[in-house]
Amino acid sequence: MSDALKELGAHIEMQRPDCVIGWDVAYGELNVDVALANIVAFVDFLKTDATCKFSTLVDITAVDYPERAKRFDVVYHFLSMYQNHRIRVRVATREEDIVPSITPVHPSANWFEREIFDMFGILFSGHPDLRRLLTDYGFRGHPLRKDFPTTGYTEVRYDEEQKRVVYEPVKLVQEYRQFDFMSPWEGAEYILPGDEKSKANG
Amino acid sequence: MMDGAKFDDALTGEQKIRNFNLNFGPQHPAAHGVLRLVLELDGEIVERVDPHIGLLHRGTEKLMESRTYLQNLPYLDRLDYVAPMNQEHAWCLAIEKLTGTVVPRRASLIRVLFSEIGRILNHLLNVTTQAMDVGALTPPLWGFEEREKLMIFYERACGARLHANYFRPGGVHQDLPNKLLDDIEDWAKNEFPQFMEDIDGLLTENRIFKQRNADIGVVTEEDILEWGFSGVMVRGSGLAWDLRRAQPYECYDEFEFQIPVGKNGDCYDRYLVRMEEMRQSTSIILQAIEKLRLPENQGDVLARGKMTPPKRGEMKTSMEALIHHFKLYTEGFHVPAGEVYAAVEAPKGEFGVYIKSDGSNKPYRAKLRAPGFLHLQAMDKLTRGHQLADVAAIIGTMDIVFGEIDR
Repeated sequence: MSDALKELGAHIEMQRPDCVIGWDVAYGELNVDVALANIVAFVDFLKTDATCKFSTLVDITAVDYPERAKRFDVVYHFLSMYQNHRIRVRVATREEDIVPSITPVHPSANWFEREIFDMFGILFSGHPDLRRLLTDYGFRGHPLRKDFPTTGYTEVRYDEEQKRVVYEPVKLVQEYRQFDFMSPWEGAEYILPGDEKSKANG
Repeated sequence: MMDGAKFDDALTGEQKIRNFNLNFGPQHPAAHGVLRLVLELDGEIVERVDPHIGLLHRGTEKLMESRTYLQNLPYLDRLDYVAPMNQEHAWCLAIEKLTGTVVPRRASLIRVLFSEIGRILNHLLNVTTQAMDVGALTPPLWGFEEREKLMIFYERACGARLHANYFRPGGVHQDLPNKLLDDIEDWAKNEFPQFMEDIDGLLTENRIFKQRNADIGVVTEEDILEWGFSGVMVRGSGLAWDLRRAQPYECYDEFEFQIPVGKNGDCYDRYLVRMEEMRQSTSIILQAIEKLRLPENQGDVLARGKMTPPKRGEMKTSMEALIHHFKLYTEGFHVPAGEVYAAVEAPKGEFGVYIKSDGSNKPYRAKLRAPGFLHLQAMDKLTRGHQLADVAAIIGTMDIVFGEIDR
């Protein structure tokens, strides 16, 4: 399985050296990093090339890394029902970058891109209808960014006196509990405050 | 001025007709939950559909980022609450892929058994409520009776009728009692085929049902690719695409089953495909029970290790086991850094989980890919030019459940 994927990865890199920044096969899946400007052409190539034939868009999502200069990764998943393989395409983008929309190639990207705009605030150029999708009408902020608090900023309730639903700032009767259970238990690498001292000495 | 450019003024008041905008839902029984459709109607013909979703958005993906892998499992039940265990399956498969865990044979068979029960649960609800959308009242009443029996099987396996939390990374929570296997077998052999015949008699050749469904919402191969359809929406149009067969996971490759496909890709064909899939699932259930009884398939249902709790008996005698248990349910287990996508053939189509892990005990980012999301997106494409009454039939046949679309 992974041999076939490696072949496919090499094939894609050979055909599109200008688009592909790097590729690897991990956990039996093919990952390709693509430059932001070339994404539409690359996706079109994936769709039309006879060896790839990635005819179906499975998913588009984004991942937020606040500490990186290129803050977001936009992650595309494609599936070929004809060749029976999958691919993951990653595009790194800065907060102020505008990502070209792939809706001309895959109309199904429409809602995925709307969702990403809604959740991360990434803008897509050439998108036919870039509105918020999942959040409330008139919602502010982008919830899936790491700097957005899980509790949010507003809460709603029905007000008996005004006979309508009112929006208010979030009031927590008890502080939001976020337990940190990390501890030096055998097996994994732990990131504990204070642990780095022991490493620096020893 | 009489060049016909301003023809409008020749129209009488009665002829000046503008399109009518209609809000369908969010509180409408045929909207299958909280769907709001803004319909633009020309008479009774639908000109444009704009689905407004998100009324059931609970921020599952955000919540998942602050909880451990094990604590996140119950959230998966609450996505597609019609067939909860199938979603858990995708989550477990993703974690097992990251950690390289091998699931014990018996657990694998139990998973197949309950995935298929989930499929029947889903199709029973969908077929019968879709029939209700087009005017039949008896099928849902009968169908829910059967669903109740299946949910009792769920309850006997895991203690909950709906939100199971039964599939765990590394296996399933508990082994099944033999009596439960006997009862499921009895149901699949003696009760369910009779019920399928009854529903068949009610609907398949029913004149009204056929008139309302045949040639409605036709999906072509091109639509499938353009809009990223999966599951029954694909198979109803003649493509035999099923992840259980195409990219086998768990131990589906050992089972004998047929993949039913439709011919015309309309609502009626999708109904027929769902009916046949229920029969195929019954056959898989029987095969799984057969296998579960074999002596070589006895044994543990959890891959014992850091990801799964120790046995109760061990905890009473071994300090390490007790510590392990405590740490597992507080800190949780760590998975290696990396990203995976795992998909299952859920009853509604391809349900996928994308996990980005940073090596800690919580997912850095989890994305849930729901099949219904893409199906609903194509609503405008599919309903354009149909009558208003067909909108209900098409929503019904798309199998929309808002838990998974809004997440």
